[in-house]
Amino acid sequence: MYKDKKRRLHIGIQVGFAIFVALLIIGALIFVTQGREMPVLNPQGTIAHQERDLILITTGLGMLVVIPVFIMLFVIAWRYRASNKKAKYQPHFDSHRGLEAVWWGVPILVIIVLAVITVISTHALDPYKPLDSKVKPVSVQVIAMNWKWLFIYPEQNIATVNYLNIPKETPINFTITSDAPMNAFWIPALAGQVYAMAGMSTKLHVMADGVGTYSGVSSNISGDGFADMRFNVHSMNESDFALWAKEAGTSANQLSVAEYERLSMPSRDTQKTEYVLVDKNLYNRAIMKYMYPSGEMSHPMSEAKQSDMEMVH
Amino acid sequence: VLADIQQFLFGRLTLSDFVHEPIMAGAGFAMVGALFVALIALTYFKKWKWLWKNWITSLDPKKIGLMYIIIAVIMLLRGGADALLLRSQQALNGSTELLNADHYQQIFSAHGTIMIFFVAMGFIFGLFNLIIPSMIGARDVAFPFLNSVSFWLFAAGMILINAPLIVGEFSTAGWLAYPPLSGLEYNPGVGVDYWIWSLQIAGIGSLLSGINFFVTIIKMRAPGMKMMMMPIFVWSVLGSVFLIMFAFPILTATLGMLSLDRLMGMHFFTSGSGGNPMLYVNLIWAWGHPEVYILALPAFGIFSEVVATFSRKALFGYKSMVWALIAITILSYTVWLHHFFTMGAGADVNTFFGIMTMIIAIPTGVKVFNWIFTMYRGQVTFTTPMLWFMGFITTFTIGGLTGVLMSVPAADFQFHNSLFLVAHFHNMIIGGVVFGIFAGVTYWWPKFAGFKLNERLGKYAFWFWITGFIVAFTPLYILGFMGATRRLDSYDPSLGWEGLFVVAGVGVVLIGIGIAFQLLQVAYSIITRDQNRVGNDPWGARTLEWSTTSPPKEYNFAVIPEVTSKDQFWEDKKKHHVASPGYSGIWVPKNSGLGPLIGLFSLLFGIGAIWHIGWAMVVGLLGVVIVLIIRLTSDDTEEKITAAEVAKRESKKGAV
Repeated sequence: MYKDKKRRLHIGIQVGFAIFVALLIIGALIFVTQGREMPVLNPQGTIAHQERDLILITTGLGMLVVIPVFIMLFVIAWRYRASNKKAKYQPHFDSHRGLEAVWWGVPILVIIVLAVITVISTHALDPYKPLDSKVKPVSVQVIAMNWKWLFIYPEQNIATVNYLNIPKETPINFTITSDAPMNAFWIPALAGQVYAMAGMSTKLHVMADGVGTYSGVSSNISGDGFADMRFNVHSMNESDFALWAKEAGTSANQLSVAEYERLSMPSRDTQKTEYVLVDKNLYNRAIMKYMYPSGEMSHPMSEAKQSDMEMVH
Repeated sequence: VLADIQQFLFGRLTLSDFVHEPIMAGAGFAMVGALFVALIALTYFKKWKWLWKNWITSLDPKKIGLMYIIIAVIMLLRGGADALLLRSQQALNGSTELLNADHYQQIFSAHGTIMIFFVAMGFIFGLFNLIIPSMIGARDVAFPFLNSVSFWLFAAGMILINAPLIVGEFSTAGWLAYPPLSGLEYNPGVGVDYWIWSLQIAGIGSLLSGINFFVTIIKMRAPGMKMMMMPIFVWSVLGSVFLIMFAFPILTATLGMLSLDRLMGMHFFTSGSGGNPMLYVNLIWAWGHPEVYILALPAFGIFSEVVATFSRKALFGYKSMVWALIAITILSYTVWLHHFFTMGAGADVNTFFGIMTMIIAIPTGVKVFNWIFTMYRGQVTFTTPMLWFMGFITTFTIGGLTGVLMSVPAADFQFHNSLFLVAHFHNMIIGGVVFGIFAGVTYWWPKFAGFKLNERLGKYAFWFWITGFIVAFTPLYILGFMGATRRLDSYDPSLGWEGLFVVAGVGVVLIGIGIAFQLLQVAYSIITRDQNRVGNDPWGARTLEWSTTSPPKEYNFAVIPEVTSKDQFWEDKKKHHVASPGYSGIWVPKNSGLGPLIGLFSLLFGIGAIWHIGWAMVVGLLGVVIVLIIRLTSDDTEEKITAAEVAKRESKKGAV
């Protein structure tokens, strides 16, 4: 009797300690998390919203399997502990068609549902798909460099380095390449990422809900200054955007081929800058640079053949 | 002329390559120092002959297995120290200068590569060697000499990956070294070459091992053991080595092409002249995804043995388990693209690979339910291996959930390359593979040592590990939601991520304490071994390896067992079956120093390729070929233990 009591006390202390540690961990996590931005769960753009919903739906479906697993694991392990003499012992109960059919069947059903969701969502949220909107889209050409981002606005005839201004509620059509190792272009508040690769052009379409500032990064390692590959996106009213674009168009900085070459040299902590776009072909030029063996690209882009350009797309 | 001679002798190696920053130099000195102490100790205790005869030249898989595990443990310490540095850097975030970007990138590249190739692979090959032959009632592997070659190639790779601590630098291109970052233009130094040749040499060893164990399992099972009677661990290893045989050649070819790009200026993966870096990404993952299952399947097998033994019950749904394993094996070749949904492949392509990935969750889920129901109506004892099992199901299920999340391409766009992804794969590799390895090592330890590991220290280790694991990786999931990407050596302090990185760092320290308890557990158990001696079958287990002595004799079985059912040993025990002592002579392989010699020549070749030393490459390659010719033309490779000698050894049962 006495021994039993002591044993119970011992288990009680252990369980109490475990609960204490768990609360400590949870408390610490809440403390270091509160008030921080969680753009993936708190999206600010059409696409990111749908991606967040997709994440929540998938998690919910997964829980259909995860929760029973957790309950069964701990209940069965506890119930059939060797010291529990009341539990049945059937050493040869090692197969049961009905039960096995259930746990082949339930995951299959869950995955069928998820597969349907995948077919629909993958096409609906294809980053290459232009967004439906009555507003005329704004095009931005994105070039990842060592180690900064160049954003070219061909319609506005301007370019920026390491920051991006966009009008709100307007589709933004990004075309993305790299004049450096592979990077990934990611603005978590607006949409999931797409790779930026030398000699290739990828696409991403986003639309911001309202006015705000969101951070963007490269999420793919690209060398020494990789941590510097971050920028802010400012989503603003249409009129503010037009005003800013006009102002940037009067910048003293001219983005010519020579200036582009200078800018594309490796550098860290590059300041935010605006440029007036002098050469409209810079984006294609950046891609074509990787279409020839190194050092053999003697002719400027304007002379490149139309057939070469098709390869890009 | 002098410069030419120097160039010929040392390639691009110069004295300045030995100069390192303090942290690396410290690690390098510590390594060389430890080696030096070991050499002095060997000389002082006159153990050189013992080392040479009993270990280095041994072809006994049990010895080779133990050597694999020793290397894996040392590499676990190295990789763990790397992890601690990485998290410290991020927790400090520049408030104290710890590592510069270049050094930080070398460390995460080394951490990933070492943990996969030299810790996880080392442990699983160690366990294959220790257990597979006796589990199928065999005396040896199919090709004992090849087995030794595999091990020494693995050891040569291990030396190459640690050499940058002393001379040169390591790759900064991540554990999979995507070009163009890993190409000549952006990484002209020796770093990427160290990475390539370490993996190339160790990888060929892995491929040879894969072939060896495939043939062993197919051809050397005890008479009567049909495929559907094999213990589930054997099935899981069969799946794993099948994957090795078809995946590792892809790695060899991919690394080969990358090294041609680097050594000879070719253009497989550079965009100029029609090369394409996307090809590399596809190829490396066509190997890389199966690699995940090469590691995970044996862990599944271990847990299947553990849960059955400690529930005192047959594994639930054996046939389901086998078919689930086969399904996972095949499916794992069809999902590689899910590692780069963000590359801009069309929606149809992404949909296909997303759904294929989800389908793997089905057989995996079935296995989880079968494991849980193995405990149902059993008598469960919560020994350390069983605790690892409970920890495994918990963490692996969470990892499975986050994995399914990322298998949906549009959701993956928000998780890819973020710390969410990092948390996910650590959930799978630590919670799945590493916990499985620990369960396996604790479970089979008494078989090979003749005494049990201390349970109390083992349980302390487990609780520190599991708590540390939760504390280290939950913050990374949260950081992923905050948009934190992997591999950042610094970040904008205004984002407020420090707190989470500090918590994660505390988790790493807790895991470190867990590892310390494991080392203590092993040391303490060895010291107090006389009180913990066990017989053949300390756990009341079910499979054949437990019917031999602990530790087993060189030849495992004096009389090869006959098999008529699965769980043969369990059935035999019920019938009080006694093997008839009609001994006959046993052929065993002679020791051979040629395996280590091949390893040595491969190492020389690797050094030559890395530092552009032509003569070293030629001598290394010729050396391997010549040694192989010598070995393959020799007939004197086996010796016979006579029936009388076997009888004599068997009568000394229990003696160690």
